Amino acid sequence: MKLDRKEYRALCKEQEPSSPSRRTVPAAFAVGGALCLLGQVLRTLFENMGLDEKAAGTAVSISLIFLGVALTALRLFEKIAKFAGAGTLVPITGFANAIASPALEFKTEGFVLGTCVKMFTIAGPVLTWGISASVVYGLALWLAEVMG
Amino acid sequence: MSRSGDTLFFETPVWVNTWAAAVGTKEGQGPLGSYFDYVTRDNRFGKKTWEQAESRMIGLACEAALAKTGLELSQIDCALGGDLLNQCISTGFAARGLGLPYFGLYGACSTMAESLILGSVLVSGGFARRTLCLASSHFCSAERQYRYPLEYGGQRPPTAQWTATACGAAVLQNEKTAVGITAATPGRVYDPGITDAGNMGAAMAQSAYETLRTFFRDSGTGPKDYDLMITGDLASVGHGVVTELFRRDGMELGDRYQDCGMLLYDQSQDVHAGASGCGCSAAVLCGRILPDLASGKLKKVLFCGTGAMMSPTSANQGESIPGICHLVCLEGGL
Repeated sequence: MKLDRKEYRALCKEQEPSSPSRRTVPAAFAVGGALCLLGQVLRTLFENMGLDEKAAGTAVSISLIFLGVALTALRLFEKIAKFAGAGTLVPITGFANAIASPALEFKTEGFVLGTCVKMFTIAGPVLTWGISASVVYGLALWLAEVMG
Repeated sequence: MSRSGDTLFFETPVWVNTWAAAVGTKEGQGPLGSYFDYVTRDNRFGKKTWEQAESRMIGLACEAALAKTGLELSQIDCALGGDLLNQCISTGFAARGLGLPYFGLYGACSTMAESLILGSVLVSGGFARRTLCLASSHFCSAERQYRYPLEYGGQRPPTAQWTATACGAAVLQNEKTAVGITAATPGRVYDPGITDAGNMGAAMAQSAYETLRTFFRDSGTGPKDYDLMITGDLASVGHGVVTELFRRDGMELGDRYQDCGMLLYDQSQDVHAGASGCGCSAAVLCGRILPDLASGKLKKVLFCGTGAMMSPTSANQGESIPGICHLVCLEGGL
């Protein structure tokens, strides 16, 4: 039987299991929410310790990044992420994991050519866009100030 | 040896002397665990890198195969094999230890069937007394090349497959044994336009269907003439597609049609659609199918190695995934 690509695609679609969204979406919501709650707890804690609002925010980011990297190194992150999906991927913990995991994986190719070169293979696009956007934002701010 | 259409017929079969499979921990815990000759407790096989680990696994499979019938490396005229890694390094480095004339093959996950076909041709044509045919894959070495680091917390879609940590090795020869290769169909490449690298079963299913159909046409046989038709690693999605394509042709494949990718792990092992990788079909062949052919439990088997001829580069460039399927007809109890 000859099928064109569209018919073949439809046939495959019938065989493909769908994502178990009933389990995965609430799991992502719960874990992602818990991470945000942890962030808020840390923020309040840092503010009570005398840090101002901006410094406390930075300290929260640093703490969550540390947590993400530490869990990655202990091989626990991937297990939590398997359950949590976007719940661990979207917050800053996911970014930390995206940098730490290739750094660990490629250390067999050496510190320079492995770890250093491969460290940004996953997170690279985020950095490129983040840095580019900050330049555009800075220019816009500067122009707004010059124009009064 | 003769040829009809795409199919090669070995009127004097090429005989299988010995075989063995070496597998990783997860594969050892699967339903076929007890059939494998070597199950490691350490997926690194005592080595520093995953690539070295895969090479060691290949070495272990070859050693186990030769030990079974007391063959020496000097009695083998050449080795043919491959794996999934760039430049086939795992097999190339394993061949360094074998010291045999060596052909490195790349047929993606169809490599075991490809090596059996070429090994048979060499033996049948009188160019080798014995050939060592093998294929391997290692989850950890494949994952870092094709997808993400092991520690990365990403999600796999339900259609994704799990690259098997496994190697199968078999020795073909011109002296009679209980199991022979009587025909083979080298596959053509088909591309049904699937672009999702997380859905390779769907990408390869068409080639499996076409190769099987070609073989039935060339040999004048049909599904009912075989005890088992087994594809390499189409997993649940591809298996369903092949079954449905034949159904639309008015042929029910039924239980005689199976897929190695659905046999290697069980549901609880969280491999989504099933197993993949060169080692999947190679290990199922050498661990399960060949022993059953030798004991006479199976009489006629069509072993269809399936491969997705893609790379991360082609996927990033938006190319669709071409599939290939090589078929080998094995007969037992001869």
